[in-house]
Amino acid sequence: MKLVVFLLALLPLDRLIYLGFTDGLGANPIEFITRSTGTWALVLLCVTLAMTPLRLITGSSQPIQCRRMLGLFCFFYACLHFMIWLWLDQNFDLVAMLKDVVKRPFITMGFLSLVLLIPLALTSSHWAQRKLGRRWAVLHKLIYVISITVILHYWWHKAGKNDLQTVWIYAGVVLILLSCRIPMIRNQLTKLKPR
Amino acid sequence: MSYKDPQILQSDITPQAVYEKRRQLIQAAAAGSFGLALAPWFSREALAANPQSLAATPNPLYAGKDGLTPLKDVKGYNNFYEFGTDKRDPAENAGSLQTRPWTITIDGLVKKPMTFDIDALLKLAPMEQRVYRLRCVEGWSMVIPWDGYPLSSLLNKVEPLGSAKYVEFVSLADRKQMPGVNSPILDWPYREGLRLDEAMNPLTLLTFGLYGEILPKQNGAPVRVVVPWKYGFKSAKSIVKIRFTEEMPVTSWYKYAPNEYGFYSNVNPAVDHPRWSQASERRIGDPKGIFAPKIKTQMFNGYSDQVASMYAGMDLKKFY
Repeated sequence: MKLVVFLLALLPLDRLIYLGFTDGLGANPIEFITRSTGTWALVLLCVTLAMTPLRLITGSSQPIQCRRMLGLFCFFYACLHFMIWLWLDQNFDLVAMLKDVVKRPFITMGFLSLVLLIPLALTSSHWAQRKLGRRWAVLHKLIYVISITVILHYWWHKAGKNDLQTVWIYAGVVLILLSCRIPMIRNQLTKLKPR
Repeated sequence: MSYKDPQILQSDITPQAVYEKRRQLIQAAAAGSFGLALAPWFSREALAANPQSLAATPNPLYAGKDGLTPLKDVKGYNNFYEFGTDKRDPAENAGSLQTRPWTITIDGLVKKPMTFDIDALLKLAPMEQRVYRLRCVEGWSMVIPWDGYPLSSLLNKVEPLGSAKYVEFVSLADRKQMPGVNSPILDWPYREGLRLDEAMNPLTLLTFGLYGEILPKQNGAPVRVVVPWKYGFKSAKSIVKIRFTEEMPVTSWYKYAPNEYGFYSNVNPAVDHPRWSQASERRIGDPKGIFAPKIKTQMFNGYSDQVASMYAGMDLKKFY
């Protein structure tokens, strides 16, 4: 099961590599790669967030067993997304990069999302989980904050062109997934579990 | 038995070895680094055989030193929201556009309001080919050989009145032909505008083709303007109406987000877009490959000599 999820999560990267070798990235390949990795980071964030409601509904523990890997893949695509920007847009100029982070809200939100993902990735091991005990669960609630900063990042990026359709879809998905954490809805989901 | 033409002297015939050497040179040029700029010109052979071709004389004043953007990128990567918001949408959806019959109506503050048929427009002035840089407000750029003639040739026909200060362009907005018009992205029809002196500037091209081919539908067929010192969206596509006015026209993007898309929208590396810097740009089809670094954006997209005087004394941060 885990192997299948691993291979599936690698598909977006495989696709980019394949397209890269077959001249399939279009007229503006950098834009294509940046948007693709950004989109897949967001998709994997949503999938990661979907594991808890999935467990509640099915009663199976398998979703939770895959959750860490999915979260790390989200971080992986977010890092690719960030590195392409840092390399090809900012030319590794850290001062220019930080200026952009401060000056432009949509970059601020993207950068903040990545920074907040780092402690989650670092504490994803069983060892860290044991070490942190109850604090681990509290720390990993950061993912709720991140899902909002990511949507803001996406929304702000698209806002100037009045092209918000896809943003609203993702915002809706995130909203539904977050609402599954509200105790009342959570209880309702548990009742769906087959007995 | 071989045929010998008595009119052709032996000395007139290029020896085969020399002939082949030439072909090699041409091929080497097409394949080599300077050939990357020339390659599209060699590919024009294919277009010449196409009935869709458009005869235009290259204007050496606008030959340009920049390598041309490959035709497939010029045709495959477009902002033309009437056909969808994705860059690939116009190439996919613009097939439904009917470019004939087509007329442009010119009215407003003019002595002789007129309606021109597309065939009359094509014959109105000698067609020339000009290589222009195109800079999109989104931070990418292309180099395109456009075919057309100065817009002033057309505008002078209707004899503008002294009170006319601006020119407004209105693009076609037909739900049947243009699927994007069904989405409330902008207040259709698309409207753009220029100050009269900008419209009359010899650089402003009324454009009917590119790369010696009649304008592809996704690039604004059958007739558009090209204003090379301004961001791409100022160059209205598929124009059906031109109107002379005294007041500054309210353009579509200005109406949607005035703080992001000013009326002038001159290419200016010193004035940022609110969400990104305009100091540099990514050249589409850069021969250095996909990891080519961005290039520096030039003031007025490199056309300062021809246009800067029109803005003398103006605060270009205020009038962005």
